[in-house]
Amino acid sequence: MPVKRIVLKNCQVIDPRDINTYLEQDGFKALNQALGMTPEAVIAEVKASSLRGRGGAGFPCGLKWELARKSTGAEKYLICNADEGEVGTFKDRYILQHDPFTLIEAMAIAAYALSAKQAFIYLRAEYHYLLKGLVDAIDQVKAKGFLTHLNIGIREGAGAYICGEESALMDSIEGKRGEARFKPPYPPSKGLWGKPTVINNVETLMNIPAILLNGAQWFNQIGTEKSKGTKVFSVSGDVAKPGVCEFVMGSRLDEIVVDWAHAQDIKMVQVGGATGGIIPYSMIKTPLAFETVLGSGAVTVFDKSRDTLDFVSRTIEFLAEESCGKCTPCREGTEVMLEILGRMTKGDGQPEDIQTLEELSNIMSISSLCGLGQAASIPVMDTLKYFRNEYETRIKQSVFLRSLRGQQYQ
Amino acid sequence: MPKKLKAKGREFLLALLQEEQEKNGHISDQFIGQTAKSIGLSISEVYGVATFYHLLSIKPLGRNVIRVCKCIPCYLKSSQLVVETIQEELGIAPGETTLDGRFSLQLTNCIGACDQAPAMLLNHDLHGCLTPVKIVKILEAYP
Repeated sequence: MPVKRIVLKNCQVIDPRDINTYLEQDGFKALNQALGMTPEAVIAEVKASSLRGRGGAGFPCGLKWELARKSTGAEKYLICNADEGEVGTFKDRYILQHDPFTLIEAMAIAAYALSAKQAFIYLRAEYHYLLKGLVDAIDQVKAKGFLTHLNIGIREGAGAYICGEESALMDSIEGKRGEARFKPPYPPSKGLWGKPTVINNVETLMNIPAILLNGAQWFNQIGTEKSKGTKVFSVSGDVAKPGVCEFVMGSRLDEIVVDWAHAQDIKMVQVGGATGGIIPYSMIKTPLAFETVLGSGAVTVFDKSRDTLDFVSRTIEFLAEESCGKCTPCREGTEVMLEILGRMTKGDGQPEDIQTLEELSNIMSISSLCGLGQAASIPVMDTLKYFRNEYETRIKQSVFLRSLRGQQYQ
Repeated sequence: MPKKLKAKGREFLLALLQEEQEKNGHISDQFIGQTAKSIGLSISEVYGVATFYHLLSIKPLGRNVIRVCKCIPCYLKSSQLVVETIQEELGIAPGETTLDGRFSLQLTNCIGACDQAPAMLLNHDLHGCLTPVKIVKILEAYP
């Protein structure tokens, strides 16, 4: 399926420092249209489009808005999640750099639909260099009179992967440690400061103006049965041409990594970031959509020179470092996995290690508090599925190395 | 601490800590104590927030903080070579600060510049597609 630009339509077309160039590209037409509709009608349109969250979880956007709209309470909040911490993901950085106006317009529409008077953009601290451009863009929109119903504030993170998780993100805005909350209650009923809150990823919001201008039916015709529209991918790793690209949902992995990014000698591809699924080269024609594998749209390519265990152990090291520590399965599970994988990479694996990894994976995925712990074992389980021989070889080598040192099997 | 911040309370705790980090290069015990008292939180709570986030530090850092990305996409593009170059150039290992207080070297998780791997942040500036020659030149620009 082809490249199609909905989200990135204005990127490198407009001047992100000049709102007039955005107005020339139908900027704020969608907002004007929305303001002529009832908030319920706006939500109905978004619901009918079947737009799903692009941050990784894929929750239906319209439903989220509707739940928050129906929640009681005069004060409601809208948060744009720009805490793009997922490993291998940089699409939101690209969007914020090249087209902040569509995002602001989308937030203005969303806030109108929710009757929220205050919105926040939670920007990760590592993107501090984007702050000035973003503030400037908001000021320009305000000066043109498009933000009379809404105040948009920017809150900066301070370096924490977990703050991309919505409940941790809200705790961070509240000035606390960014730890995941127990759910329910979910943010649309009780979110920021206990008030109904909608949290949308940058890319999700970027679809809103186009949906309103072209209609839900138009959007519905693009993509697969359960994944409508396009997806922006961040391609990196062993490719000739890394970067950001936008494809229709359901496009095949090889269209992105081979045809677009010119990867060669592929061993495997990780899709969705640190906790993303592993696709071996034999399955390179896998279509990417919510039905299969997608996540945040991070596409990291590994060529045949790469060692699976080295990669998995580094990934688990990352997750162990970034676990917020609130729930035991994730805090301890990632540490134990790291201990096992670290030993294996150093040639000190034990025959029972694979079984322990499998048992741990199972416990963590069913009992962790949030997505980090629930999905932490995916790269381990997937590589055990497709590259089990590498684990087994490493254990055999470990046994042999120990015998050379005159050590016993244990 | 300015009075207006005092009135704002807990929501601004993170912002206060970020401001202090920016101004003095770290968050001292004394600052933690003062802040706790002025916002009406326990020292333990303020300390908890100050030590949760990677970009906040309770230990003094150099004037310029180098954060080399160590995540997979940069690792695949030899981020280790970046660390080694800086180590050789400045004579400090990750986690250390030069004796003259000019640089601190840290390893960090994904900074969202995987299309420009290997990459690093120097203070708030992003530097990508790093090579040893390029790194030496970049360092010179930070007195």
